Order: sequence, then C-alpha cells, then structure tokens
Amino acid sequence: MSLAIEQILNGLQFGVMIFLLAAGLTLVFGIMGVINLAHGSLYMLGAFVAASAAGRGAPFVLAVLAGAGAAALAGVVMELVVIRRLYRREHLDQVLATFALILIANDGVAIAWGKTPVRMDVPGALTGAVTFAGLTYPTYRLLLIAAGLAVAAGLYVLISRTRLGMLIRAGATHRETVAALGVDIAKLNTIVFALGALLAGVAGALLAPILAVQVGMGEQILILTFVAIVVGGLGSIRGAFIGALLVGLVDTLGRAYIPVLLKPVAAPALADSLGGGLSAIAIYVLMAIVLVWKPRGLFPVGSR
Amino acid sequence: MLTFARASVAALLVLSLAGSAAFAADPPPLKIGMITTLSTAGGYLGEDMRDGFQLAIDEEHGKLGGVPVQVIVEDDGLKPANGKQIASKFLLQDKIQLFTGIIYSNVALQVVPDVVEAGAFYVSPNSGPSQLAGKGCNKNFFVVSWQNDTPHEATGQYAQYLGIKKMVVVAPNYTTGKDAINGFKRTYHGQIVEEIYTALDQTDYSAELARIRAANADGIYYFLPGGLGISFLKQFTQAGLKKTMKVVLPEFSLENHVIGAVGNDAEDLYGTAHWLEDLPFAANKKFVTEYIGKYHREPTPYASQGYDTAKLIASALRAVNGDLSKADAFRAALRKADFQSTRGAFKFGPNQYPIQDWYSMKVVRDPKTQKLQLRGVGKIMRDTGDVYSGACKMT
Amino acid sequence: MTLALLIALPPLAAVLDQPFWVNTVTRILILALAAVSLDLIVGYGGLVSFGHAAYFAVGGYTIAVLAQHGIDAALIAWPAAVVAAAVLAAIVGTLSLRTTGIFFIMITLAFAQMVFFTLVAVKAWGGNDGLPLDARSVLPLVNLRDPNALYFVCLGLLLAFVALAAQLVESRFGMVLRGARSSERRMLALGFPTFRYKLVAFVVAGAGAGLAGALWAEYARFVSTDMASWTRSGEFLVMVILGGLGSLVGAIYGAAVLLGLESFLAGFTEHWMLLLGAILLVVVLFAKRGLYGWLAGANDG
Repeated sequence: MSLAIEQILNGLQFGVMIFLLAAGLTLVFGIMGVINLAHGSLYMLGAFVAASAAGRGAPFVLAVLAGAGAAALAGVVMELVVIRRLYRREHLDQVLATFALILIANDGVAIAWGKTPVRMDVPGALTGAVTFAGLTYPTYRLLLIAAGLAVAAGLYVLISRTRLGMLIRAGATHRETVAALGVDIAKLNTIVFALGALLAGVAGALLAPILAVQVGMGEQILILTFVAIVVGGLGSIRGAFIGALLVGLVDTLGRAYIPVLLKPVAAPALADSLGGGLSAIAIYVLMAIVLVWKPRGLFPVGSR
Repeated sequence: MLTFARASVAALLVLSLAGSAAFAADPPPLKIGMITTLSTAGGYLGEDMRDGFQLAIDEEHGKLGGVPVQVIVEDDGLKPANGKQIASKFLLQDKIQLFTGIIYSNVALQVVPDVVEAGAFYVSPNSGPSQLAGKGCNKNFFVVSWQNDTPHEATGQYAQYLGIKKMVVVAPNYTTGKDAINGFKRTYHGQIVEEIYTALDQTDYSAELARIRAANADGIYYFLPGGLGISFLKQFTQAGLKKTMKVVLPEFSLENHVIGAVGNDAEDLYGTAHWLEDLPFAANKKFVTEYIGKYHREPTPYASQGYDTAKLIASALRAVNGDLSKADAFRAALRKADFQSTRGAFKFGPNQYPIQDWYSMKVVRDPKTQKLQLRGVGKIMRDTGDVYSGACKMT
Repeated sequence: MTLALLIALPPLAAVLDQPFWVNTVTRILILALAAVSLDLIVGYGGLVSFGHAAYFAVGGYTIAVLAQHGIDAALIAWPAAVVAAAVLAAIVGTLSLRTTGIFFIMITLAFAQMVFFTLVAVKAWGGNDGLPLDARSVLPLVNLRDPNALYFVCLGLLLAFVALAAQLVESRFGMVLRGARSSERRMLALGFPTFRYKLVAFVVAGAGAGLAGALWAEYARFVSTDMASWTRSGEFLVMVILGGLGSLVGAIYGAAVLLGLESFLAGFTEHWMLLLGAILLVVVLFAKRGLYGWLAGANDG
C-alpha cells in the first residue's frame, strides 16, 4: 500500500515539473498563437546557469533564481528578435524557426559549457529522506512537489486576480478588443513570453540537482510537455495542469506497474522487455485516446 | 562591398597557392577517416576519443609511426544513416583507406560492412558488436576497445566476487541494454530479484527506484550510458538506497565525467574497467600527464581508447612505411599489436577483438585533496577475450 | 533544366571520376520522394503530419523483414512495403483526421512514437541495432547492385510519384482537398464528404513515404529505428517548408538543400548545427514562400 502511495507521489512530482514547462508553453500558444519548440532550450539554459552559479558557491536559492532569471532574459531576447516576427505566420513557419533555435541553442550551450554534463548538488539540508506513515520519501522530491504546486497557485492568482491576468485572459480570446482598449499588445506579448521562459528556467534549475545537466536535455522533456498541453487543451492553464498531472501519473504508474502486471501472463524475460516497451508508449496511447475522444483536448479554450 | 569581394577572392587565391606550394614540397599526408559522435548528448564521448587520438599524433608532430597523417573528422550526430553517408563520401570522394572513430554500435553496424567490403580498414576505438565478432568477423576489422559484452561480464564477475547475494539489474529497453544484462548474467550467479528496462530518453527514475526499494536486494548493477546513468545515480542516492545496496557498474557509468557530474553521490561506488588512470604502466603515465596538460580535463576510458587506437595504427603504418596498398603486410602488422598500450598487456584474439586484463575499481576520497577519485583495486579477469571468437572463420 | 541535369549526372560523374555524386543524389531523391508525399497533405490539405517517418520506416522494415524470410523479389517486396505503409496510414488517418491544427500534429506524432518504440523493442527485427539486408532486391531486367541503375529507378519512381500527385491535386479531388483546407464547413455544405477525401490523401501520402522507405532499405541495405524517430519526421517537414509549401517540386529542392547543407557544414565545422540553425532561421524569416517561391520570384517582393 505504501508503495502505491509512493508511486502516486512520484507521478505527482513528475507531473508538477512538467506543468512548470507546460504553463509557459500553453500561455504563449494561447495568447500569441505561437508554437515554440525552443521552450525546452530555455529549460536547458535555466539548468546550466543554475548549475554554474551553484558551482561558483552561490547558495541554492540564489542559483535557482539565477537560472530562472537567465531563462527569462533569454526569453525576452528570443521574443524580440525572432518570435515577434512569427505571430502572423503559419504554424509551420513557427515550427521551422523555433526548430532552428533549438539547433542554435544546443550548439551554443555546447560551446559555452562544453559537452560534458555539468554538476549541481542537492542542497545539504535537503538531502536524505523523510519518513511518515511507514513511507520513506526523498526530501528534495517533496520540495519539488511543493514548489510546483506553489507556482501553480501563484499563476492561478496572477491570471484570475490581477490586471495583467485579465489582459492575458482577454488577449487569448479577444485580441482586437484588448488592442482597441489601448493596451500595448507587443509589450504584453513580451511579458507573457518572458513569464513562460521564467517558469521553464525554474523547472530547469529545480531539476538540475537530480538530472544530468547536458546538451539536448530540453528535447527529452519537450515532447512530454507538448503531450501534456495537448491532452489538457491548448491555451488553458487549468488544462495544462490537469494534462501535466495526467502525463506524470500515467508515465510513472506505467513504468511502475505494467511490467509487474505482465509477469503472471508472460515469460519473465518477455514480460520485462515488453513491459519496458509498453510503458514507454503509455503516454502516447493516453494522448491518442484523449484526442480520438475529444479532438480539442480535455479543456478546449475559446474559438482558436 | 565589391572591394570586400575582391579582397576575399585574392585571399582565397593566395591561400590555395600556399596550399599547393606546401603539397609540392611534401608528399600528401595519409588520410584517416574519423566518423564519430560529436553532437547530441553523446557528443562528449566522441570528443574524448578524438582528443586522445590527436594526442598520439601530436606526440609525433603530425605523424603516426613516422608517416605524416591527416585526420578528417566528421560528426555522425548518432544517426546510423549519417555515418553511412560520411563513410561513402570518405571512400568514394576522398579515397580514404583507413577508418576509425565510431562510438555507438548501431552506427558501426551500418558503416563497418561498407568500409571492409570496399577493401579498406576499420580500427574501432569504442565499439565491438557481437554481430561482427563471430560469424560476421572480417579480416579488415579490428577492435581496440572491447567486445560489447565483456565490460558487463567483468562487472558480473566483480559482483560475484563481492559476495552480493541478491541483485537488481537495470538497462535501457534496447538490444545493447539486453546484451549488457545477458553479459552480466553470464558471470554473476547469485539471485537476480528484479530486472528493469527503462526508456531510452528517460529522465525521471522515481518509479523504478520505488520498485528497486521494494525488491529488497543488496546490490545493483545498471548499464545506463552517459546522461542516463548520471540522472539515475543522482536520484538513486537521493532516495537513500545507497545506504542499503552496493552499486557495481561497468566503466561507461563510472568514469571521470560521470564523477564530475554527480559529485559526492559517486562515493563508495564499485566498478570494473579495462583501463584506469592509475595503471602503473609507463605508456599510461605518459598519456595521462600529456592529456591533462593539453586538454585540462581528466582522461576517460574513451580518451585512452582513442590514444591506443592511434598507437596501434602508428605501429602498423611504420611497418609498411605508410603504404596502405600493401594491405596484407599492414593487416599482419595490425594483428601483431606491437605497441605500448595504456592498459598494459594487449593482444588480438582470432576475431581481431582484444584479449586483455580487466580491473576492479572503487571510488575513494583522496585524503590530501579531498577529491573523489577512481582507484584500481585489483585484477578481476586475466587475458580475457570474448565468447563469440570461436564462431569466427577468418579468411 | 534540373531534370536534364539529373539524367546527365551518372555519366558526368563517371567521366569526372566522382562516383560519390551518384550516391549522394540517390539519397536526396529517396528522401525527396518522402518529402513530396508529405507536401501532398501538408501543402494542399493543410494536414501537418508530424509522424511521416513512421510510414517511411514501415516501408523500409517491410523490405528488410521480407528479405530476412528470403523474399527478395522487388516486384513482391516493394508493393508489399507500399501496402503496409498505406494500411498504417489508413488506421492512423481514420483516428486522427477528426482533429485539426496542432492537435493533428500531436496525434500523428503520438502514433509515430508508438511505431518507433515498437521497433526499438522488437529484438527479432534487430531493435536499435537495426536490420541489415544481405543484398538488394531483385528486379527483372535491372541490376539494382549497379549504383547507376538504382539511381535511375529512384529518379523514375520519384518522377512518377510527382506526376501522380500533380494529377491528383489538379483534379476535382485536389480542389476538394484545398477547399476543405480553407473552409471545411463550406465543402461539407456543398455535399463533399471531406473526411473521405482527406483520408485518401493521407493514405496516398503514407504510401509514397512507404515507397521511399523501401527504396531507402535498398539503397542503404540497412534499416534502423532512427528511420521512425521524431527528428526524422521533423526533417521531412523542414524539407517541405524549406522548399515551399504546396509546390510538390519545391519539396525536392528542399530535400536537396537540407541534405546538401548538412553534409557540407558537417564537413566544414564541428559546430555545424549552429550554422544550420542560423541559415534555417534566416530562410524562414525572410523567404516567406520557401526556396521555391523565392527562386521562382513570384510576387515575393
């Protein structure tokens, strides 16, 4: 029983991290109509900068802030130089342009930091595990869950309670109206893009202590993120949250239980490798089922 | 603008004249085609291998075995199809007769047959697939590193030696991963309580770690190359599992880059390798000093393999004075393996894969510098070849 | 002009002693065939498939698996490859075509990923090591082992597919397809079952990619899982966009330029991806209708 709880916690933790990426991606799509494949590159940058800062002796919190800040800054530059020119273009042009950005970012990071994975440690106070109700769980992963949920709550407040949030919501559905009200849409776009980049940077920085910080780490998680926002329904923060949790849980529980469930029905060697294969495709099956059932995701937004 | 264009044309002309003048003075250097992986997450493996190879050339100031050489390096991007394309360019356009460099077996499996069928030589610095070790062996194919199964057999042997009763084994769900686990099982005879296959692009291992904890084993072996292993080890330590389980690893998951990336999490890890930084051979001491001096980073097995490959090629080039058209003589010279390997005794088996010693190692903290270091513990296997060589009928 | 050059290439390469040219261009022709088939649905139907590599891979693996079982007659194996890819496309299309826009992109990607992970996991087909072919298939009257013969077969099949696709898009079928792209509702109101039209286009495109995959297996004498990877799907899309959407021929230029750039830059510097990225970015930002539109110079200022 405690194993099941542990696995659910694992899925939750993975899910909230995906959410940090998915939130920015879905906002940028919802408001600007831009598909940004290079979102994973911002995540990578956040991880590298945080690891560098920590390596130079910065305390953990400062390192995370540095990573997030660097990603936000890179986001602003990316928006001003490239993304801005893509608003009125077809999705395909956006895909190609942001794919080009991935190539540039990956090689750029390889030049700046080298090809060898970079080190970042879990802060001393957060190593080790917490035991409660017969369950042992790594402290740092608990922190990740808490941080992810805090960001989700903060975003919810930002979007539903503030003027910026009102503009963001309005911008997603009634772009022209917002412009007619005298709001500087260009500036709003830059801010939203930077916000998305910041969240990606936070995710990168928070995960840096438990992942290999290396070139190409952005693409690994990018596909999962896209799956999450598509399952949830594009442009919807709530959808991104539910989608991310679903992806996290299905992926984790698939890896935890599919091989175990296969054991009684298949030969051991086959069960292990078949289980591995099936759990790798579990989230894609989830996405296909959701889209066949609801072609616009679970929480479709507006008319887009 | 026009002036700029003219200036560039003039500059190009001068350069090309200078180039041809240089060629007029010396015979053109012997070209060696190096297809390797420099981009993607696996890029650092190719980088180390290439730099090790280059170091051997630098020692001779641009020569190998007294023969001037030019290494043409191209990145395969870890795509077999790219590797194949580069190989045919090297073969058909650059008329290259000597190849090396490939890191990943799936690339090697596409490239090597093309190269040897064209009558050219391939000397592998980092990949020894079983398909090319037995029935598929070839007289023009040499492997300097190891047969792919052997590192895992050595690790199994060490786990056995350490007296670990119950093991969990982990590998990615692909052929190389399954071969690795089979290699491990060949020499480890304790109980394997859980066999876990992961996805190739996985970053989060929490689900697997929970299964591992539930399995109650006292040891773990994993074959997760590069970044996969780094992520896994960090999360494994985080989960507190290192306190209850001994970690025994093949060298791919326990080299200097990995230790650099995981920091203290590497402490007390066990492993096996065919090469170690502190092996007491003169050739190795020279290599380690020069490598650190030139590249300012610690050497890895990949770097040593690149260096050894270059040294082997040098010994054979010297024998034929750089004339690869004497293919039989060149081949015979390669077979002799008459060079000082960084790993000590080295010879080829009947399938032209290595027969060599394997070492056990441990990560320990240097009492003086407080730095974590890989240190050899002893020999775990002596003069070991591979299980496929019997099926090889070399013609 | 280009065609004349393509026909003259093998003898020219022989005279100049550059056999590598034939090899390179064969590769371009094969990937161009896949790109053209993708352009048929992306450029005319607005159906952005991010999983086209799956059909390419299924075509290739059909050849290799049949060869593994001793079937090497091209007249059996090639049609089998086309049919296998078409069947997969029919299944995926039926399930995916209810979605549009980015949802369609993602659901096609999902199915392609399923194909990819299946190929990685099936040990009998070599898993990630791939599956080698001992020899090329046998075609009556033509010796495929001769690089020039294979070259002309690929060229001929590419031209045939372009002609077929051009016929399709010029016909009433193509009109409906384009109509459904700009306003699905209107075409439905006019009484056209757009779903069926789109499905047919999707299946034809899948079949084309399957044929390309079959030719690739013959050319490389090897199939591997990276044929089905999402980066491969992405490359096909890049070829199509680079060449200019909805021009069929453009996709061929796109393939030639992308592969040419890749191999030129990779031979030139270790950091070729940086340069390739910069070039792609410039093209997409400044040449709005792709290379073909830019070269043709039609109303592009």
